[in-house]
Amino acid sequence: MENTLNKFEHIGKDIEQGENVSRPSVGYWSDAWRRLKQNKLAMIGLVIIIIYVIMAIFGESMVSFNFRSNDYENMNISPNSVHWFGTDALGRDLWARVWAGARISLMIGLVSAVMQMTLGVLVGGVAGYFGGMFDLIVMRVTEILDSIPFLVFVILIMMVVGSGVIPIIIAFALTGWIAMARLVRGQVLQLKEQEFMLAAKSMGASSFRLIAKHLIPNMAGVLIVTLTMKIPQAIFAEAFLSYIGIGVMPPQTSWGQLANLGAQNMQVFPYQLLIPAFFISTMMLSLQIFGDGLRDALDPKLRK
Amino acid sequence: MSRYVIQRLIMAVVTILAVATLIFFLIRLLPGDPFSDPKVPEDIQLRQKAYYGLDKPMYEQYYIYIKNIVKGNLGYSLRYKGRTVNSIITDSFPYSADLGIRALIFSTIAGIFMGIIAALKKGKGWDNITMIIAILGVSVPSFVVGSLLQYFLAVKFKLFPVAQYTSTLHTILPTFALGIGTLATLARLMRTSMLDVVSTDYIKSAKAKGLKEYQLTWKHQIRNAILPVVTVVGMNVATLLTGTFVIENIFAIPGLGKYYVLGIQNLDYPMISGLTLVFAVFLVSTQLIVDLLYGFIDPRIRVSGKRGD
Repeated sequence: MENTLNKFEHIGKDIEQGENVSRPSVGYWSDAWRRLKQNKLAMIGLVIIIIYVIMAIFGESMVSFNFRSNDYENMNISPNSVHWFGTDALGRDLWARVWAGARISLMIGLVSAVMQMTLGVLVGGVAGYFGGMFDLIVMRVTEILDSIPFLVFVILIMMVVGSGVIPIIIAFALTGWIAMARLVRGQVLQLKEQEFMLAAKSMGASSFRLIAKHLIPNMAGVLIVTLTMKIPQAIFAEAFLSYIGIGVMPPQTSWGQLANLGAQNMQVFPYQLLIPAFFISTMMLSLQIFGDGLRDALDPKLRK
Repeated sequence: MSRYVIQRLIMAVVTILAVATLIFFLIRLLPGDPFSDPKVPEDIQLRQKAYYGLDKPMYEQYYIYIKNIVKGNLGYSLRYKGRTVNSIITDSFPYSADLGIRALIFSTIAGIFMGIIAALKKGKGWDNITMIIAILGVSVPSFVVGSLLQYFLAVKFKLFPVAQYTSTLHTILPTFALGIGTLATLARLMRTSMLDVVSTDYIKSAKAKGLKEYQLTWKHQIRNAILPVVTVVGMNVATLLTGTFVIENIFAIPGLGKYYVLGIQNLDYPMISGLTLVFAVFLVSTQLIVDLLYGFIDPRIRVSGKRGD
């Protein structure tokens, strides 16, 4: 017995070591990223989005044509080794036009989504946080605006501000904040009653600190997911507006406008519609599945 | 329940008046004057202005405008000389309504059905097929679907008539093109909703009581899962409504959407404001119907008179 006892030596308690975190802690964002990486579909979507964004920047300069130069000798040429996607009815190179259009479409999608979010967070946040008269008015206004179809509302605004890229962005921002403000208000109302808010308040945090340090970080996941859902919506709406002839004005071009021009020649030169339609659809698809994946990754309810 | 109905009715009327007000001021914000055409003699311009009350102060104009709307008078089209917006609406609305209702019925029934099948066969072939259709439906713009259907099924294979809207066979392609987006949304939603319901306690207890599989699915799962879908059906009426703009254009259907697009292209202000108002009234009434319908489907609302979230 003596022998075994000697083999064990009492080394005392090392409190410092006990408190040490031996593994790196996994924060909210790195955890979300880890989960997103496991979602193959979402990663495919992300890769396609990145490729399209890079091509929107550099695609046009890969060929010797630009999106507005006409070549009346080569009109309506099917895709070949010189014109990779063929040419349109005015002899413009479709490869160059597709990527120039991507630039406009993606910009409209991103900028208008960010503007909608900013407006929505401001209005919805103030309405939800402070409540009272402002909240009441905002909610009644959103209820009324909700009963005009989104696109009809956009069309009405565009008749006042004109056609073109910037008016489209303005019109989307002015209509899209409604849904965003509602979402943010709901989130704020929910979070406001939680214990960590009470704790922060009882320690004397100011309203600004409460909003900036506690409310916004807690809503970030929901907001980012909504943002990725708003981008395809805006691209879709832009395509619709360009299709009915009040969207992006020539010589500028967008995917919607290309599809519109292609649809006119559909019966004779189907590739002119099929090519832009392919890019709109795959971009939509990628944004959707990436948004879905992001939602799954950021939703704390799914954490285990 | 009756208090709830009255409350909702008042809210609907207020909403429509507010929309009319918004249109009134948006139109006044538009650059230019619809009657300052140099070809038109000045006294006629003045008479036109007097007819619309444009020579009167703003508050009086507004009063007349609202009075006309209450009477149901939407004014004259600027593009189609001598035709009132009302007559254009009565001519074209039946086409749009027919197409819209067909698309709504098709997309609702098919969407819910596909969602149910996908949820019951989760992870199997049917689920995958349904979800691929659903994702394609939300990713491909309706004008692309419409053009492709028209090209392949009508022009190439001659299975359907290319355009116009005169027989049941004519309605199939436009209905499908218009409804596919909504179908996709509803199928996805129904699937999620069904899968949410499966893990609830009342399904477990129904199972524990020894209910048969089909009873469980029909009486408990589907009935509960369909509730959130009904709300979305109401919201999708707006999507279908604006969807008709392009579908009517592709298939040459003489409906409201076509006039709306033409109105925009021709800057026909009375037409745009009149049609927008019609859209708003239509949308508000469908939302009202859906809300009231919700009360009948969900007993919790019937009791409390409020919509519980």
